[in-house]
Amino acid sequence: MRISSGKLLHALGLTAVVIFSLFPFFWMVSASFKTQADILSSPPVWFFTPTLQNYAEIFADTKVSGAILNSLIVATCSTLLAVTLGAPAAFALARYEFRGKSDLWFWFISNRMISPIVLALPVYLLAIQTGLLDTHLVLILIYLTFQLPIVVWIVTDQFKSIPPDLEQAARLDGADQFTIFRKIYLPLGAPGIAVSAIFSFIFSWNELLYALVLTRRAVQTAPVVATSFMSGYELPWGKIMATGTVIVLPVTIFALIVSRHMVRGLTMGATK
Amino acid sequence: MSEAATTAARRKPNRGYGRWTPLWFLAPSVLTLLLIGIYPTLFALVTSFRQYNITRPRDGFPFVGFDNYVHVLTDSTFWSSLFLTAQFYVTVLPIQVVLGLAIALLLHKPGMGLLKSLARVTLVVPLATTYAVVGLIGRLIFNRDFGVANQFAGFLGLGPVDWLSTPNGAFAAIAIMDIWQWTPFCALIFLAGLSMVPGEIEEAARLETSSKLALLRYVQLPYLLPGLTAVMILRSADVLKLFDMVFVMTRGGPGSATDLISIYIQRVGFRIFDLGTASAQAILLLILTIIISRLYIRVLYREVN
Repeated sequence: MRISSGKLLHALGLTAVVIFSLFPFFWMVSASFKTQADILSSPPVWFFTPTLQNYAEIFADTKVSGAILNSLIVATCSTLLAVTLGAPAAFALARYEFRGKSDLWFWFISNRMISPIVLALPVYLLAIQTGLLDTHLVLILIYLTFQLPIVVWIVTDQFKSIPPDLEQAARLDGADQFTIFRKIYLPLGAPGIAVSAIFSFIFSWNELLYALVLTRRAVQTAPVVATSFMSGYELPWGKIMATGTVIVLPVTIFALIVSRHMVRGLTMGATK
Repeated sequence: MSEAATTAARRKPNRGYGRWTPLWFLAPSVLTLLLIGIYPTLFALVTSFRQYNITRPRDGFPFVGFDNYVHVLTDSTFWSSLFLTAQFYVTVLPIQVVLGLAIALLLHKPGMGLLKSLARVTLVVPLATTYAVVGLIGRLIFNRDFGVANQFAGFLGLGPVDWLSTPNGAFAAIAIMDIWQWTPFCALIFLAGLSMVPGEIEEAARLETSSKLALLRYVQLPYLLPGLTAVMILRSADVLKLFDMVFVMTRGGPGSATDLISIYIQRVGFRIFDLGTASAQAILLLILTIIISRLYIRVLYREVN
């Protein structure tokens, strides 16, 4: 059987896409298994005897494990809050017509666009005044500014797809709106809520600027600690890359779960 | 009679059907956003009219009218930083669009099922990678002495490039990392556009012409345009926000070679601690962002309202 050149090119192209997407990730993971000598060798080595030393070191380092715990606390709490606050709002936006609805939309979407530095400056000053600097709470609250819009958008979309007949029937049985929300919309909208929660988690897990500005020692998150290794003369490259791998791996798995919704999550649904 | 009965039943004042019902559902999130979004923004607005340097608390924080704005608008560093951000945008965007379109076409082409799904899934990896970690990887890949970028450059017969400590090298390095991270975004959007082309139209066109270019130009392009607009607008907002990756890789240097706008404002605010000036800069950036968001909504959400 002869393989046509078109097919061969197609296969080569697709392979190139896979290599392009994975190379930096692969390079980080492979460096995390290298000794410092292997990392510093020039030209770089591609084949080497892997070592677990870097992982042993970072898991023994309370700074890294503490930071990962901080990231977990902040991302989980803010995600739960975003869903709790966002799902009812999505219900109102999916079900009702009211004045100011388009302004509300605009507001939610603008929040997707705003540079974190715009809020980081005043929130820093307010956090100093209220004594909230370097607490989990201040990060949890500030992360809601980008999580709520994502949750509201995705969940509204999901709620709109729930057939209105179900609700008519419940109404005739005398159910009020709060019951309808709890008994019909929440269970049927669960897939959308889950997707929006995963996005919220990924975005807050990945966040650096707010965490850098609003934390000191106590609540440094994982990206901040990974960044803090980047000073001094002899950089512990293996440790840095092992920390990077540990940070990226959980969100990558999450992202693969919601990969079909990735575009929706990143564009706020402007393209179908 | 029965019709009247149903109407009456529907009108029966059930709990939770009033005019104000939506408010109960909206209030928690709107109040939260007012507290954590609008209040700080107003605070920044007030700060932008004050002299507010927290390293000199003895001076107090007096109101100085539009002084900060005058200072910012006549500050050549602010303008060159905005210009650099624009330069970065026009450098990375065309490459991301062209590469993204090429990838989308590869993924749209029939056949190669398994390899295609694999490629489709791996595209998600750059998008999900923590931006700060992308910066860390960049530092390793573009290291002058042991970076793999110089190994590749060597294969092409180019001498070792001092990526991160020369202005052009650093700019190229952050551009390459941004292209790596965001090309998949363009590819996925274009792929969504391509799959909107009705199958029968595409097949008929394939029978009519063997030219891929004609197919792209006359059949697929109209379906790609909304995605292209979304990419152009969203990427412009993203470049204005771009901080994490560049901060980790270059901190805006060497000199001011990669001093994009968010990096610059962060430095004025949190290195120089001139929060009055930084707030004025942030408010100007906010205005620019609002214009971009308006544009985005006007162009892309027409069907929503």
